Amino acid sequence: MSPSTKDALLIGLLRTCAAVAAAVVVLIVVFVARDSWPALRDIGVARFLSTGWSPTGAEPGFGIMPMLVATLVTSAAAVTLAAPVGIASAVFTHFYAPRSMAVVLRRVMELLAGIPSVVYGLWGLVVLVPILLRFAPPGQSLMAGTLVLTIMILPTVALMADVALAAVPAPTLQAAHALALPRHAIALKVAVPAARSGIATGIVLAAGRAVGETMAVLMVCGNVVKLPTSAFDPVRTLTANIALEMGYALADHRAALFVSGLCLLLMWLALASSTVLVRGNQRA
Amino acid sequence: MPRTLALAAGSRRGDRVLWLVVWGVAIATVGLFSWVVGDVGLRGMSELSISFLRESPTNAGRAGGIAPILVSTGLILLVCLGAAIPIGVGSAALLAEFARTDGALGRIVRVSLDVLSGVPSIVFGLFGNVFFCVTLGLGFSILSGGLTLACMVLPLVIRATEEGFRSVPDDIRQGAAALGFSRASTFVKLLLPAALPGLGVGLALGIGRALAETAALLFTSGYVDRMPTSLSDSGRALSIHIYDLAMNVTGGEPRACATALVLVAILITANMAAASLTTRASSASGIR
Repeated sequence: MSPSTKDALLIGLLRTCAAVAAAVVVLIVVFVARDSWPALRDIGVARFLSTGWSPTGAEPGFGIMPMLVATLVTSAAAVTLAAPVGIASAVFTHFYAPRSMAVVLRRVMELLAGIPSVVYGLWGLVVLVPILLRFAPPGQSLMAGTLVLTIMILPTVALMADVALAAVPAPTLQAAHALALPRHAIALKVAVPAARSGIATGIVLAAGRAVGETMAVLMVCGNVVKLPTSAFDPVRTLTANIALEMGYALADHRAALFVSGLCLLLMWLALASSTVLVRGNQRA
Repeated sequence: MPRTLALAAGSRRGDRVLWLVVWGVAIATVGLFSWVVGDVGLRGMSELSISFLRESPTNAGRAGGIAPILVSTGLILLVCLGAAIPIGVGSAALLAEFARTDGALGRIVRVSLDVLSGVPSIVFGLFGNVFFCVTLGLGFSILSGGLTLACMVLPLVIRATEEGFRSVPDDIRQGAAALGFSRASTFVKLLLPAALPGLGVGLALGIGRALAETAALLFTSGYVDRMPTSLSDSGRALSIHIYDLAMNVTGGEPRACATALVLVAILITANMAAASLTTRASSASGIR
């Protein structure tokens, strides 16, 4: 074989690998949409947006609204809590921490990011839920889900903000020092605004993680299909619903679960395209 | 002058407030980590023994050990890496060495990997169920679970390996070209070995993600807790075992904590391996 045919062969092989890798996400969308289609066609989008979920009843109801609300409320609350804490932790490592403490905190954040969601769920179930139970029964609730999600997405916000702050150009910070700005003003009024697109990307990724999280919320939220009226009501998220019912779901019921999956996929696609917008704005 | 003094005094107060806030957050974060890991660890520690690692679970996991679950987890991981490594290294090489950064193929691959990396794990589970279990007819099996996880870790493996290729200095490529090496032999004999630390980082990250995964395995590799005899058997992963003991087995919590302790210990080892490989990779490229 001549060297040029070998080159062509190698490049062809590598192209195939890359094409397979790129095709995975397309396959996911196609197959999840294909298995949702019967439900969307026969049941209709309107019935999915109602509040009654009884897919195996004599007159089946397919309303995913209570679960959609639970997913959105827990995720939004977790992001609201985790974002300021995560940014504060990144400000700490860059402007306030002694070198050794900064290293320690970064390692802790990396380790927290690597702990499996099922372990967070287990911790929530055996530690957090009993504490909540004492104050506001039944313990397994929207609040428990929000708190566990907050802890889970905190490292995403903190590590992304950390990287974004590290990328702030040195001359910007030197100029701020030359103006004798106090340290907190340099951190909050100069560095954080300069790093805002990276920080925003981190927050969007964290939101994606919160929306898609299954095990932790499944274990601590109580899984009752009902629109919550207080923070201490048990709820069931879209992800938990799939995990709980996929094992025995048939026909329309199964298709309805794929519709929930499609919803989750669309939410992530919306979030992912917003990160592109964030990055695009920065470049302009 | 008074105005400057007031500003200085005000700024000192502002700095002190922020100092308090960020130190508080840092200490709380370290405390939280110790609480989560420590609490689960202490609860699990008393159940942990050599026989726990060597026996089969009995009484729905309340007694016995986790040996078949460790084996299943290992096999799922092997299938996952067996599929993800070749495709991942090939894609990374194409992106770093053989595609223009602004070229159409490179851009499409990059965007689709970015999207893939954030797809919710339960959606991977649905996809794995309909594609591997049903469409390809693999059923609830270690093979289905491992392949589903391979799809999931692909973005991690590719990104780290691509970094590995990019950290290889251009002198090597130019030197090889000057000696009349073909691109294929430059790639196989010089670039691939030099990019190995990057692949190592990608592998460690991928192993961490795969071992931590639960939702994607629920309806792909299944629940069966017997010792698997082949890759087409259903096998229960460590993470699923934790979930099942905590949620479906009354009185299963201590054993769930013990299993979680084993899983976290394996993960921290993988994490440390990734960290040391990253340092070695960056110091190696620093010397050049």
